Amino acid sequence: MTSYLLETVKSKFPQHVLETHAFRGDETVMVKKEALPEVAAFLRDSLGFDFLMDLTAVDYLPREPRFELVCHFYSSRHNYRLRLKCPVEGNAPSVASLTPLWAGANWFEREVWDMFGIKFEGHPDLRRILMYDGFEGHPLRKDYPLKKRQPRIQHRD
Amino acid sequence: MTNPPTDQQKNWTLEKLEDGRMALNMGPSHPAMHGIVRILLTVDGERVSDADIEIGYLHRGFEKTCETVTYNQCIPYTDRLNYVSPFINNAGFALAVEKLMGIETPARCQYIRVIMSEISRITDHLTCIGANAMELSAFTVYFYLINAREALYRLGDSAAGGRVTPAYARVGGLTRDLPPDFKRDTAEAFKILKKNLDDADKLLTRNRIFYDRLRGTGHISKEDAVALSFTGPALRSTGVPYDVRKASPYLVYDRFDFEVPVGSEGDNYDRYLVRMEEIRQSVRIVEQALAQLPDGPVNHPGYDVILPPKAEVYGGIEALMAHFKLTFEGVKPPKGEIYQAVEGGNGELGFYIVSDGTGNPWRLRVRPPCFSLTGGLANMIKGGYLADIVATFGQINMIGGELER
Repeated sequence: MTSYLLETVKSKFPQHVLETHAFRGDETVMVKKEALPEVAAFLRDSLGFDFLMDLTAVDYLPREPRFELVCHFYSSRHNYRLRLKCPVEGNAPSVASLTPLWAGANWFEREVWDMFGIKFEGHPDLRRILMYDGFEGHPLRKDYPLKKRQPRIQHRD
Repeated sequence: MTNPPTDQQKNWTLEKLEDGRMALNMGPSHPAMHGIVRILLTVDGERVSDADIEIGYLHRGFEKTCETVTYNQCIPYTDRLNYVSPFINNAGFALAVEKLMGIETPARCQYIRVIMSEISRITDHLTCIGANAMELSAFTVYFYLINAREALYRLGDSAAGGRVTPAYARVGGLTRDLPPDFKRDTAEAFKILKKNLDDADKLLTRNRIFYDRLRGTGHISKEDAVALSFTGPALRSTGVPYDVRKASPYLVYDRFDFEVPVGSEGDNYDRYLVRMEEIRQSVRIVEQALAQLPDGPVNHPGYDVILPPKAEVYGGIEALMAHFKLTFEGVKPPKGEIYQAVEGGNGELGFYIVSDGTGNPWRLRVRPPCFSLTGGLANMIKGGYLADIVATFGQINMIGGELER
């Protein structure tokens, strides 16, 4: 039963799925970056994953592709969970936004942009969310030092 | 890296906009904005026509800091996420690491975690309702509920040694067992709680002013709430019966008889009723858990998981080495990634941990429940009156420590 979901996604998108695994009961599908919106739409519309529970990223420096975008989906109808990931390159990272599918992706994606500097194409309002305008760098990147000081920001009128 | 091209600076002034509407700042330091958040409003008379919510005033770099310390050293930081229900954060984080390691704690530990989590949930809801009532000028209720909360804080203090920041859980167990008088103390604290809760119930639930302020304000539809990733009382007020404790029972929640209250309207009044009922259900869970509480150890037996007893550390080389290794290097989960969700005070509190096999997490992500709620706040206040923002914001129960980490 546990692999049913992974098999369904794999057989639906054989050319897009890079890897599937289930570790400690958490089912994970890794897809190509280009296929993310398509697979996510399939999960929502055909498999009943109505909740985008979480959207975040992980920095795997010095590996390339450097980032991974991680989405956690939940289906309230079937009480299933699924993790969908896609690799994102380290040089000018960008990925398609999920905001057309889930309105709740808006703030999650703003946070990922703020913390990791991954751009979301098609996002309506991609601004920093936790950091201030004028903050330099993206703090959750592994090459951002823990105790880095920021320059003083100029007084705004 | 410089700012992105999409990073537009909005020109918010207190002057009238060209179409006659007015731009207005609410917060960041406003008496009704408990926690620090700034709402940039565009108002048309008394009506809110646009809202932009600006957060980030309490960002402390929780996730970044946790990448540099051992797993057990993260636990005091988790206290400071949702600081009115700290034990749920402790237990959720410890559970997540245990899931990553593939271990399970003894039954007594799981029961104690349930008891403390439910006490935390009650304190969370008491604070939310009390503060909300106070902002709507029912000051007496605030004192009644905070009085009850204080009794519960003292109870948590007697077990964990800290009122607000207990840091009670450890990976694989707890810092200590419950004190011997805990059952009696709980019964006494619950007496105070029930009396205060009944008084508040009588003062608020059928109070004309309170009802009019909450009923129909801050409305959100079921579809919107799901699309905005709402969880917890805010989602259940719309009629979606999603509760992590029922949907995917963790700890020993499947052994208790309790109900998940749901609303139907998705407005502030339903959220208030859901919270009131959840307090009573949590009391039921604690009473059942105390009645069933098994004897036995509270900690996992493995010395590679939890610190050995002091007598053995001073008396034997094995335990001494384990103590040394655990203190300096910490527990070492295998390589992998897991997501563990628990039902927090405001909804699903998720921990996503990526381990590279060392003693520090490679990535620790917290899914804070009120992040989505605050993200959806603009939808809930648009079209309503300016004064209703206070009621809606109170019922969202935004907790800055958790929102901004």
